[in-house]
Amino acid sequence: MSYIVEMLHITKDFPGIRANDDITLQIEEKSIHALLGENGAGKSTLMSILFGLYQPDSGSIRVRGKEVKISDPNVATSLGIGMVHQHFKLVHNFTVTENIILGMEPHKGPVIDIRSAEKKVEEISKLYGLAVDPRAKIEDISVSMQQRVEILKMLFRDAEILIFDEPTAVLTPQEIHELMQIMRRLVEEGKTILLITHKLKEIKEVADVCTVLRRGKLVGTVSVADTDEERMAEMMVGRQVSFHVEKGPAKPGEELLRIENLNVKNVKGLLGVKNLSLSVRAGEVLGLCGIDGNGQTELVQAITGLTKIESGKIFLRNINIANLPIKERTDLGLGHIPEDRQKHGLVLDFTLGENFVIHNYYEKPFANYGILNKKAILENAERLIREFDVRSGQGAMTPARAMSGGNQQKAIVAREIDRSPDVFIVVQPTRGLDVGAIEYIHKRIIAERDRGKAILLVSLELDEIMDVSDRIAVIYNGEIVGIVDAAATTENELGLMMSGALRKTHAAPQAVHV
Amino acid sequence: MTTRKEKIVLPLIAVLLGFVLGSLIVAFTGRSPLAMYAAIVKGFSGIDILNGQPLNSRYIGEFIIQAMPIILTGLSFAFASRTGLFSIGAEGQLMIGSLSATTVALLVRAPTVIHLPLVLLAAILGGALWGAIPGFLKARYNVHEVVVTIMMNYIALHFNNFVILHIFGSVDRVKTAPFPTTALLKSPFLESITRNSRLNWGFIPVILALLIFAFIINKTTFGYSLRAVGYNKEAARYAGMKVNRNIIASMAIAGAFAGLAGAVITVGTFNFGRVIQSAEGYGFDGIAVALVGGNEAFGILLAGMLFGGLKAAQPLMQSQGIPREIAGIIQASIVLFVAMKFGIKMVLDKFERKQAPTTEGDRV
Repeated sequence: MSYIVEMLHITKDFPGIRANDDITLQIEEKSIHALLGENGAGKSTLMSILFGLYQPDSGSIRVRGKEVKISDPNVATSLGIGMVHQHFKLVHNFTVTENIILGMEPHKGPVIDIRSAEKKVEEISKLYGLAVDPRAKIEDISVSMQQRVEILKMLFRDAEILIFDEPTAVLTPQEIHELMQIMRRLVEEGKTILLITHKLKEIKEVADVCTVLRRGKLVGTVSVADTDEERMAEMMVGRQVSFHVEKGPAKPGEELLRIENLNVKNVKGLLGVKNLSLSVRAGEVLGLCGIDGNGQTELVQAITGLTKIESGKIFLRNINIANLPIKERTDLGLGHIPEDRQKHGLVLDFTLGENFVIHNYYEKPFANYGILNKKAILENAERLIREFDVRSGQGAMTPARAMSGGNQQKAIVAREIDRSPDVFIVVQPTRGLDVGAIEYIHKRIIAERDRGKAILLVSLELDEIMDVSDRIAVIYNGEIVGIVDAAATTENELGLMMSGALRKTHAAPQAVHV
Repeated sequence: MTTRKEKIVLPLIAVLLGFVLGSLIVAFTGRSPLAMYAAIVKGFSGIDILNGQPLNSRYIGEFIIQAMPIILTGLSFAFASRTGLFSIGAEGQLMIGSLSATTVALLVRAPTVIHLPLVLLAAILGGALWGAIPGFLKARYNVHEVVVTIMMNYIALHFNNFVILHIFGSVDRVKTAPFPTTALLKSPFLESITRNSRLNWGFIPVILALLIFAFIINKTTFGYSLRAVGYNKEAARYAGMKVNRNIIASMAIAGAFAGLAGAVITVGTFNFGRVIQSAEGYGFDGIAVALVGGNEAFGILLAGMLFGGLKAAQPLMQSQGIPREIAGIIQASIVLFVAMKFGIKMVLDKFERKQAPTTEGDRV
């Protein structure tokens, strides 16, 4: 058996923490090797060492059997190691080809030879089934296409070992499926793939071998074919994890949120939400699923007040909130876990304590006659940290920026649930989180439901929608194409509706009241 | 390094490097850096190391005079900056503040206890109005505040000169008639204890301004919402804050600080309204002061005094045969080094790690 990359007994210390502790990772040639672990388990550090961004404190690295010292990313590139970063590094107003050749531009005399580069990009794209237009501008192509450009960038540089860092975090279910096919194709053509992820389903689907890390230590390396998801999750988290969201039957009560004939324009000035009607009752979770960009964002922003609507009504209990300022909607009992936690959910340069009071910093007990009460803010933070198990280095005084993504999300969930809103708009609540955190957040959402709140769950993760929701509404092209009972539907049925191929009249409680 | 330590250590290193660079340039021109430092020490205290002169309170008074307006314009820049706005408008707001002070000083007749507060209030309101305009344009029409504030500076300059020359009238085409003493911050007492420097009561509003700045930013709900808008406008909007209103309020308050600076100059250092040939640089000095002071009240106080002292030292340097521009070069290079703080931090972190590898291992 030949290993193409071996990282042997790697240890790496950062001030205050041992990020990697005697980790050994051996990767077979022409295989897909998954690296699994929770946020902060040391995956990124290990990969950064392999890519030459960090130097290990001890341990050695062998590539194709030869011991190497990877002192910077250029060395990694020359060894045939390439990395697709989670956050793409592309110039938005450049074309695909211009981005790919950036830094190693082929030239004829003093002039860049863009033609031959385009041709080469096209050839590689065809070989691996990437279907990328070399002349398209980055800003005009979809996120999944941009990811393929990153892949092309590595292939153009003759990378043999491709590191994918959380590649599916930004993709829709369909795009994930396509990416998996591309990965298999890459391996068929002789490449080796190292896949960093915390999504077990993907590992099961595509990987051959899986190495699990926990808190900087190696837990083990297993063959994916012989190991089930439960076992891998247990290795990752260190305890048994339940995948199935434990929940009793919903007891729907009165309608708390009712949307009537809503029209909302999107950023392009076209109608992103078209004549949409929907209602959510007390004590139920209505899941809204659809392919990204079918009007979910516009709908959520219209309900929460971040966008102006064109026409229509949004009732919270029996008050039309469609044109009220955000503040008043919040005060009437609307809660919102936003899609983008770093853009909307948190002020990253504020402390955790300051972030907890972002809605009510001016109210007693947090303020008195316009003067902040730091003690009350601190006590509030300590209570929420305890109650919701939000982990951070310096407790309430930790800058939000210094917290892990999972704990940032937990902080937002804590803040919003603590306000106990009657109508709760929950958008992508577990994006990028690990299994443990996902389990916890789902539990809290169900608990809110059981307390009689109306919950609208918007997610691109089909599993999440199916597990947590009581009813599922499918949005396609700005319209609701069907509402189904979560217990009675299948992934296949939802998939057909999401792609607009199937329309269903409303099942379960009647949703339209005109 | 912790952020707290960073806030203190990095500016100090920047100041140090600024002086090192200044010394090198002086040495390069063939003069003695020692003479430069002697001039600077004299600018701050009157102590002349080279000729053995003792402390002279006149110099202290004069350097405080230099520091007062740039502390206020520093507060102005910093306040807008905390709301995420880059205001270049302090210069013009200062001129309008000065013009408003001139107007009230010349037109109102009242005893000092009424007249002087009215003069200061007029300056504050004038500056606030001048600041609110770019704030409004930013909030309402999303016009960039940098462009608007720069243009407003020119408008302020020519408006000031027009009013002084054509409405108040000027015999020598340079200044108005002198103000009545009831409008002035001047103090024979302060002058007498500082050997006839121009030191005046202006430092009291400056200290109040520093305290108010720190209070608003750190202690009030208003400051909280301003900082939220400054750090992340979208999150502030999501939380239901009135982002546009905060932008206008922040620019107006920034303008108020700069307007007050205008009064401190016009009825403190001088006692007449002035025709201004071109921008006097208080606005830009204020940006430098705010940057070095880390946008914090205490830091701005220290940075303002440092730059005020350097300004006061300029004529003294010239008398030592050192070009006065060196003081400007030191000031500019300090700002440059502050701007390079990430680089400095990286070097420091490397140094720290090399110094204490064992203690770090113990902590794990």
